[in-house]
Amino acid sequence: MARSDSPSQVTAAKKSISQPKRSSYYRWKTWFPLLLITPAIIIILLVVAYPMVYSVYISFTPYNLLRPDTTLVFAVDTMFRNYARLLENKVFWRSVLNTVIFLAVTVNLSFLIALALSQLMARVTRGQGIMRTLLMIPMMFAPVLVGFQFAWFFNATVGLVNNALLALGILQEPKAWLVDVPSGMISIMIASIWMNVPMLTIILLAGTLSLPREVFEAAEVDGAPAWQRFRHITMPLLRPFTLIALTVLSLDVARAYDIVRIMTGGGPANRTEMIWTYAGRLAERDSQYGLASAMSMVGVVLGVLFTLYLFRQLIKSRVVY
Amino acid sequence: MNGPSTTPRFQTAPRRRFGRRRTQNALLNLLALLILLLFALPAVWIILTAFRPASEINIKPPIWIPQRLTLDAFESLFGLNPDYASGIPVMNYLRNSTLTALIATTIALTVGTMTGYAFSRFEFKYHTAVFLLIMLSRAVPGVALGLPLFLLMRKYNLVDTTHGLAFVYAAINIPFTAWLMDGFFRQVPKELDESAYIDGCGYWSAFWRIDLPLALPGMAAAGIFAFLASWNEYQIASLLTKTPKAKTFPVGLYDFTSQFTVDWRGMTAMSVLMIIPAVVFVILIQRRLTEGLTFGAVKG
Repeated sequence: MARSDSPSQVTAAKKSISQPKRSSYYRWKTWFPLLLITPAIIIILLVVAYPMVYSVYISFTPYNLLRPDTTLVFAVDTMFRNYARLLENKVFWRSVLNTVIFLAVTVNLSFLIALALSQLMARVTRGQGIMRTLLMIPMMFAPVLVGFQFAWFFNATVGLVNNALLALGILQEPKAWLVDVPSGMISIMIASIWMNVPMLTIILLAGTLSLPREVFEAAEVDGAPAWQRFRHITMPLLRPFTLIALTVLSLDVARAYDIVRIMTGGGPANRTEMIWTYAGRLAERDSQYGLASAMSMVGVVLGVLFTLYLFRQLIKSRVVY
Repeated sequence: MNGPSTTPRFQTAPRRRFGRRRTQNALLNLLALLILLLFALPAVWIILTAFRPASEINIKPPIWIPQRLTLDAFESLFGLNPDYASGIPVMNYLRNSTLTALIATTIALTVGTMTGYAFSRFEFKYHTAVFLLIMLSRAVPGVALGLPLFLLMRKYNLVDTTHGLAFVYAAINIPFTAWLMDGFFRQVPKELDESAYIDGCGYWSAFWRIDLPLALPGMAAAGIFAFLASWNEYQIASLLTKTPKAKTFPVGLYDFTSQFTVDWRGMTAMSVLMIIPAVVFVILIQRRLTEGLTFGAVKG
């Protein structure tokens, strides 16, 4: 499009053109963006908002898919029965506890590992290209694949981990990684961290490389030790990238469902049960849709709280600097 | 080697001990390479296993280094070898996965681009609130959405259909697409539009003729993300698809598991098929990924 030569010409032209049809021009200006966002709004209302409202409704009913005698109509005096049943259910509390532990460990460890790796990679003088390619390889794998992959590695009889540890003489007999108590959760955490780290590292690496060099040079000339440079220069400057990284992570942790579902299915005996595997199990195996919906409502609320907590921490740490 | 990244950092300070610094750098490079190799190892192992003969897998003691590479696993996966046909409807999965992802990407990209443009260029009532609400819809976990969707879609015979699943995927990909496109459109200078309006260009043709062509690279990136997200999605697909008529790859992977045994080699072969689009896309966008991902977000 041709640009006008001088600002004065621009304003003159603007006046002469837009003045006569001013009213329609301005009306169009309000309607055009609304027209553009309408399809998105309709689709999201239809596919996300409506089902979620419906799900809240079901959570107040005793609905069971396989039992026609259960109704989708709720009576006021029984509407909280699903929630009450959950609260007195041991598996529910176990799944909440497991989810909290899982999130706390994976989010923190993934972030710390990615931070360390990005700082290391930023200092690499040769082979950056190869290293980035290596880093991207895990990103190609879908969460389901990551789940199956680690289920195989940690398999008690044919797994890579047991094979290696037995060959090296570290283990004397095969260990049932996914069955034993802390190791089941740890295996799932390892798989999840393996999946999270590359994306986080790339974001933090891009951030580190975009920082102004002069600041670091000045600090080094002034004799600031490496740790202090990292603590007082790199970290504060990296904050916007940290925010993106944590946002991506917090939105993606629900994907851990794929991994848990495939590696242990929440078992054995609910040892690795998490909120989403439990909700899925209640619906798919037991057809108790009312109870499952109540469960997923609890999950949604906890998820929102978790995200809010994450952002509060972030804002708090922002005030310090 | 790309861009400024290869420039060594923290090196411009007085270099009194040049030799020591070089050894330090070499050690650092080696350490980074080792860590990353270790990191990529599980993935490489999976890909390698798909090309190994069945006799080398699951035997005791384990064979660590592949003795020979074959395509046996793929032949049995596609049923090319009648003796070892896996009996898994892999062609169905391929068709369903591709169709679902393509339909979803097309819808999400069209709608998401329009939405992103509206948010990047115009001010209207509740601008930020609407934007946040759209973004919030992405935060709904798959299971929470899949359960009620299953019940609702059952009423309209949409369960276990490709178009039903594709429409759901389109919806869940719109927020992220809109967010990305909003960032990309903000990088196109607003003055271009303004001068076009002066030349008598309407809003629609300014969008269609000026901003859209300039944001095409952004659309490509957003499209890739939407495609991969749909291609890899498992939670909703596992609830909404039940038969080979609509099952996608992630759900189909379960065909390799029976009650007591798992065909790990067949599974690795299917994994290799599943990562092909990601490999292609990563090769295509590798250079831009680092900048593109963060740039739009920070500056947007």
